[in-house]
Order: sequence, then C-alpha cells, then structure tokens
Amino acid sequence: MGLWDMLNGNHGKRLLGAAFIGLAAVFLTPAIKAQTAVADTAQVVGGPVVMRRLTQHEYRNIIRDVFGPSIALTGRFEPDTRADELIAVGAGEATITASAFENYDRMAKGIAAQVLDDDHRDQYISCKPVDKRAADQKCARQFIESFGRFLFRRPLKENELAAYLKANADATALVHDFYAGLRVSLAGLLSAPQFLYRQEQTEPDNSGARRLTGYGMASRLSFLLWNSVPDNQLLNAAAKGELKDPQILTRQIDRMLASPRLEEGVRAFFEDMLAFDNFDSLDKDSELYPAFSRDVANDAREQTLRTIVDHLLSRNGDYRDLFTTGKTFLTPRLGTIYGVAVETPNGLVNEWTPYNIPAGRPQAGILTQASFLMLYSHPGRSSPTLRGKALREKILCQRVPDPPANVNFSLLEARGNEYRTARQRLDAHTSNPACAGCHKIMDPIGLALENFDTISGYRAAENGAPINASGRLDGINYTDAAGLGAAVHDNPQAPTCFVRRLYAYAVGRQATQGEGKWLDGELREQFSSDGYRVRGLLRRIALSPQFYRVTAEAR
Amino acid sequence: MKMSEKLSRRRVLRGTMAGAAVSVALPFLDCFLNASGTARADGAPLPVRFGTWFYGLGMNPGRWAPAEAGPMKALGPELAPIEHLKDKFNIYSGTQVFLGGKPLQVHRTGNIAQLTGAVPVGQIANPHPSIDALVSDVIGKTTRFRSLEATCDGDARNCFSYRAGGAQQASEISPAKLYARIFGPEFVDPNGADFKPDPAVMAQKSVLSATKEQRDAIVRDIGVADRARLDEYFTSLRQLEHQIDLQLQKPPPLAACAIPQAVTDPMIGTEVEATLATNALMMRLIAYALACDQTRVFNLALTNATSRLRFAGDSTIYHGYSHEEAVDPVTGYQVKVSKFAMKCMEGLATAIETLANFKEGDGTLLDRSLMFVCTDTGHAALHSVVDIPIMTVGKAGGAMRTGLHIVGRGDPSTRVGLTAMQALKVPLNSWGFEANQTSKTVTEALV
Repeated sequence: MGLWDMLNGNHGKRLLGAAFIGLAAVFLTPAIKAQTAVADTAQVVGGPVVMRRLTQHEYRNIIRDVFGPSIALTGRFEPDTRADELIAVGAGEATITASAFENYDRMAKGIAAQVLDDDHRDQYISCKPVDKRAADQKCARQFIESFGRFLFRRPLKENELAAYLKANADATALVHDFYAGLRVSLAGLLSAPQFLYRQEQTEPDNSGARRLTGYGMASRLSFLLWNSVPDNQLLNAAAKGELKDPQILTRQIDRMLASPRLEEGVRAFFEDMLAFDNFDSLDKDSELYPAFSRDVANDAREQTLRTIVDHLLSRNGDYRDLFTTGKTFLTPRLGTIYGVAVETPNGLVNEWTPYNIPAGRPQAGILTQASFLMLYSHPGRSSPTLRGKALREKILCQRVPDPPANVNFSLLEARGNEYRTARQRLDAHTSNPACAGCHKIMDPIGLALENFDTISGYRAAENGAPINASGRLDGINYTDAAGLGAAVHDNPQAPTCFVRRLYAYAVGRQATQGEGKWLDGELREQFSSDGYRVRGLLRRIALSPQFYRVTAEAR
Repeated sequence: MKMSEKLSRRRVLRGTMAGAAVSVALPFLDCFLNASGTARADGAPLPVRFGTWFYGLGMNPGRWAPAEAGPMKALGPELAPIEHLKDKFNIYSGTQVFLGGKPLQVHRTGNIAQLTGAVPVGQIANPHPSIDALVSDVIGKTTRFRSLEATCDGDARNCFSYRAGGAQQASEISPAKLYARIFGPEFVDPNGADFKPDPAVMAQKSVLSATKEQRDAIVRDIGVADRARLDEYFTSLRQLEHQIDLQLQKPPPLAACAIPQAVTDPMIGTEVEATLATNALMMRLIAYALACDQTRVFNLALTNATSRLRFAGDSTIYHGYSHEEAVDPVTGYQVKVSKFAMKCMEGLATAIETLANFKEGDGTLLDRSLMFVCTDTGHAALHSVVDIPIMTVGKAGGAMRTGLHIVGRGDPSTRVGLTAMQALKVPLNSWGFEANQTSKTVTEALV
C-alpha cells in the first residue's frame, strides 16, 4: 500500500460491530448539523499555543500512515510525561534529553533503512537517479519535499529544503550511493525538531489578536480526530487557505469525523484519559495470580477500548452509558479471568467476540472491566484507595490532595495485622482525622469494587469475611459495583469533567479562565442537549473558533 | 572475563620492563598505563566517576545509623548486608529536607530536594539540575554518553536526574537493551586492533548540521518556556554529534576496558529477587561502561520511591507494608518493612562490590568513583523527610574519606550533595535553594 492510499484513509481498518458506510447520517443529530464554523469575533476566548513533543502513540501512527504498516519501529521510546492527568498536557512540558535523542535517532535510522531498502523504495520514490552512485538533486528534492510535507505537517520552507538538499549532496558524496544518501536525509527529517515537536504556527487574525494558520489548524484537527498527521486533502485545503472558510472547514471536519481513522483518535484519547500507558509497567504476583499474563493484560486493555469504540462510534451511544453498559467484547482467555466461558467461531484463545454481561451480575460498565480493576490495584491485592482515587481524578476531575506530612499511623498500625477485609483496614484510616479527609473521598467508591480482586476475578469474601460493596457517591447510595456505575452515570460532574478533559487533550494544556467558562457553560449544555454524543462533542470543538484562537494568557 | 581480571598489573609491568614482544593475548599492554598505574598511556589521568544509587522508602528509625559518630565500628541491623564494606562508604544521619512552607509531595519531595537542592512544586517540572547533571558538566563532557540511566523494577520513569530547565531523564529497564546501547555496533573498542571510520557515520554529521542551521528560524516565534525546551533539544543534538565524532576517532587504549558477554534479560519486575538480579546485571554493565570510558556518570534506581518491591506469593508490596504493618510489640519495629530495607541493602552491597572488585590501574573503579546513595524518606510510615539515610561510597580519586559516620544535627541534607560536588571539582561554594541553601560542606568527609 502506497503513501497516497494510506493518506486517503484506505487503511483496510474497520470499525467494530458496524460497517461505517452511512453512519455519518445517523450520528449527526439535526441540532449539530445546523452548526457550522463561525468567523472570529472579539468575544471569542482562546489560549496560548503549546509546543508538544509527539507522544509514542502519535509517532507510531504517523509512521504507519505515512510509510505504511510494514515499517517496523525499532528502539525504545522515552516514557511519555503526564501532567494534569493527561499525556497530551505533559507533552507540552516534555523535553528531549540526550538519551531521548539517541533513541529517536536510532528509530529514525531504522525507519529510513526500511523505507529505502531494495524491496520498499520504489513504493515511495517515483523518480530514478541519473546515476545510482551519485547525488541527484532533482530526485532527492522530490522525495524530501513530499515526505517532509507530511512529517512537518506543512511544506518545507525554502531555507529548510536548501539545507536538507545540501546535506544530502554532502552525505551522498561520502557514501557514493544515492539511496544511502537519501536514507541519511530521511533519518534527518525524522529527528528534526519540526517533526518531533508539534509547533503550531500562528498569524494575526482580523480582530488584532492571533489565530492558528491554516496548517496549524489542519495539524490540530488531525491530531485530535485521527491522532496523526493531516492527510493530503487537508494539507491541500490548508495550502489554499480554505480552512478559514467556514463552509469548507465544516466539510473537512465532517469528512474527518466520517473516516474510519476517527477510531484511532478516540482510542488515543481514552488511552490517555484512563492512563493505559501504565500497562507497560503493570506487574502482578504470579504465585498468587497464576492466570495473569502479559497477553491477558493486553486483552484487558483492548476489551475496554473495543467497548468504548463500539459504544461511542458504532452505536453513537451516550457517553454516560459507558459506566453502565453490559455490552462488551471478550476473548476466551480473558473470559477465564472473569470466570465466564467464552465461545468463539474458531475456538482460539485470542479471538474476540461480542459478549453481553448477564443480568444480575454486579458488573456493568468500564469501571468493572479488568483494565480499570487491574491498573488501579497492587501486584498482590486490590486497592480501593487507588481505584477510588482514579475514579475521582480521571472520571470526575476531582483532585485528591497528597497525604499530609508526618502523619502518625499508630492507630492503624496498632491493629494492622487483625484486619481481614480492605474495608476493615481502611476504616482505620478514616478513624484517623489526619487521613480521613482524603480517604473518605476515595475509599467508599473503591470499596464498591472490592468484589473484584487485583486481576478482576470475582470474589464474595476476603480472608473468610464477606465483602460489603455498598456505599455512596456524592449523595447517591448503591449496594454493589453496578450501582456505583449507575451513580457515576447520573453524576453531573462526569460529563463536565469529560468536556474539560477532551478540550485539554485537544489543545495540550488546561483551559484558560475564559475557555473554562465556555466549556463549563455553553459547551457542557450543548453536550447535554446532543444526548452526550462524543462524536458530536468533537465536532463542536473542532468547529468552534475558540479552538483556533491564540491568546498570550499564561498557561 | 575481562582482561584486567586475568592479568595483574604486576604482570603487565613485568612484561613492559622486560621489553619483551607482546604476545597475542596481550596486544596493547605496554601502552596501557604509565609506570605508576595512575594514568592512561596518553598521559591523561584515569578519570573520576560519579553515580547515584537510589532505593525507595528509607530505613526504620534507630535501625541503620551507627551509635556513635566518627569511624564506624558497628552499623545498625538494617545495614547488615553492607557491614563488610563499611570501610568503603560514609553514612550521613541527622540531616533533613526543609519544606520552607511548600506542601510535602510524598515519596517525591525528599529525594528530589536532596538531588536538586530544591523542594519540588507541581507535578513534573523541576527547574533545577540534579547533582549528577552538574557533575557531568565537569567530568562528563568528553565521553560518549553524558550519563547512563537504568532501573531494576521495570518502570522507565524511575529516574531522578534532571538537566537545567527541568528535563527529566528516563531509565533503561532492560539489561539487554543497555548492553546494546553501550556495546552495540556504535561501540568503538579502545583496545581494538582495527580502526576504520565509517563513511555512513560521517554522512550523518551533514544532516545534523542542516538541522542545527535552522535553529534560529525555529526558535524565532516561540515563547520562553518552549525555547528552553528547544535549547535542550539542540544540546542533545550536539551530544549526538559528539558521539559521532568519537566514533570517527581511534580512542586511546584502556587497560581495564573489555567487552562483557552479551546479556539476555532476566524476568524484569517487582518481585524482590528479580529486581536484585536486574540490579546486579545493570551495575555490571555500568562498571564496564565506566572502565571503557563510555560514560563517567550513572544513575541507577533499584525501584521507584513508592517501592513496589514484593516477596513472591505475598499480597502486600513494600509500600503497603510501610503504612499498614503493625509495629511488632516485642521487637518494637515493623518486621516486614525491615526485611525489605535489608533486601535493598543487599542490592547496594552488589553495587559497591561490583565497583570495588573491578580492577583499574593500581586500584579499582571504586577508588576513583563517588556513588551518592539516596532514598525518599526517613521513616517511610510517616513520609518523613527528616533523618533520611544518605551515604557516599568510594574515595572519588582520593578526594573523599570513607568509613565515617557523620551526624548532621538537623542540618540541611544539601550539605552532603555540596560536599560530593566539591569532591568532584564542581565549581560551587554554595548550593541548594531557599531553606535548603547551604555553603557548608561536610569537612570531615573531604580529604
């Protein structure tokens, strides 16, 4: 598959559950359809532009989209940095240290070697050098220009192109091989700051403030919706200045929302929101939990992403129903963890199949899925505190303060070895006034998930004592994990948090004060009146002038 | 086995003095060292090295420091695993981190303040460079790697090394990958017989220059914070250029350098024996990297600060025990916590022994090294940043004394960092910020 196919969305990837054709008509409610992009006005709020280091996810997607899926990535990524609960925000503070640069350089050389090897290069280069053993500026220029445009998310400037062409001539003269010289050039593009950092360019708008340029808009849109670089169409529209035209911008956004690549964007956002990067260092005690394996962990992660994509995109479901839905997907080996038999057409342990949780089980929604339960646990036991904290911080945007210094744990320690259930242990925390303040906002919701152990296996008792999973979340009582899901579903803070998170993800920073008012007010209202449809919310953000407006307000 | 383990220096010198033709097994020995064994053949002195070794959750109060100040006789029970090495390090007790009105970030403030001199505010950015970065500016500029970072429990984020401006390094988690990074195809063997610069390596320089040329245009339109990050990028790019330059030159021979056997990864994770096995492998690779002068600075973290270490089959991790284990009414301390602390000290013993057993010139790698051993808390159960155990291991090429217990009496722990940096000739006469600022070194520890 060549570059152009790739960039025109012919991935051969299909959304789960439903065919994609015709969905655009289903998911766009009339209310959303009526909205089109509006011109800048002086009242429109905005925020500063943040230079973001590419995340691992973005890097992988870009290489796949630009060079095709057969190019393997060799080497190791620097861990992404998380700030304000999001890697997308941490990327705005992430640096490239010497060891990180070494890794990027190694990765770049590996990619360039594959792209320009004997088997692949004809897919990528339409011209032929006059002499294979010498530099050919015309052919090199064509290659560097066309790939540089995707990698930098804009055409190379004249001075950039001149510098890379000179370097190409020098390199080729040393190695006496046109393709080896080009390899060095491509590796150079892939380790350039213009590639590794998302630098969105700005220009004056007509109100005396600034806004993103057309290429800046294209890049911000494509990373939000596709988690990758703009395709050819979008770059062409940017080149012609068409993205400033509300009608054309609307058409482009609707095209992007209807593309199967939207799934990549939605997956990336939820992976970030739920901190699935922590799967990389997830570790469980194999003596206590022999059923756990790397494959099971990967399946757990995938289960939740499939549930989300199926519910939000294929079914155009209500965001809040993610916390109550019984519809999911399982593999037989994941079924073993949950203690349910999963039958698949071919009977393979790693085969996915839709699965409906039977009524009556205390299990519903993504909080009771193995991904959440495993990630927010210790290697050898569950952790109501970690689970409660994750729910507060990641789903409700409520920051739990750090524990106080020099707390006296003597109350807890005095009887520490007598407690049989987590509830008994944690009750000791809440009887200590120094701990109680925070533990009271985390533990009761985490305790609702105590029927699931650290790898999410079901249990009715712990150390012989029955588990009491009842509790109360912000005024709503429940008796089990499914009830907790319903309480989250009905918590008005959940969609408010979601709007805030999605916007922070989109712009790479916390909202400014002005943006915050708009997000919590108008946009939150619209999300509600659209029936909490995530595709609709993405569309509203993408169409809003706020999204492109640049102010100098401090981060 | 490395060459220097097989061949004593005496044999090397004998061969040289006899003026005999060198055998196949000893191709370069006559040019390894000067007559006194303290300098390389090219006249450059054998380098001094610096490292940090980190473990989480501190020690139990009253169970680590010796009873008396001065030359150490008996160590506290939790230091039993390093008792036999006590002439090789100093212990600093009684120091503290001053919060200066800032909130305590548990399992973060203590170690970051010790290593950067400043109490961190906020989740990631820490504007001050850490000791290892300041030291590498002095001793690490000529080597292939400015520093090497590794960790032993599988989490690459375990690293407390910061460059100026807040750039945080990441750790290598896989010994096999660390091996490939140091001794892979880019490694130029200082004792290798053949040396031929690779034109492909030369070619890469041209494209790095092209990127550098665009620097001014790239930074023109961006804000101050982003500019600092781009500066870090270009510093890193120059470091790679420097690596390339080294690949294009024949390095001076180094007697102690040998290429270790390739390693395969053990089971990497938080089970305590697995973590210790990774520690041993990582430390061994670091020692070879030091001997081959690939780096002079390293940062090895056994675990993160909220240590996830665990004994196989036990449902509670070290961090869990630190907060939940009852004080044993008979012994008066947390028994399981104490076991974990001693396991960490087993890891430290391995780290010290690896350097102490690695012969170089007329001594060992440890003689010319200074390893700063630190942790995040004093009493972990309380998240205390008072009386955090600190150690310095090695003589730093003769600049440091060892075998001493030094009692701080409430002094800022930055005094130890300042002392270490002065021993390594970092031009600072005062270090630390706000309440942790100090201009007093620990004079007893300096020669």
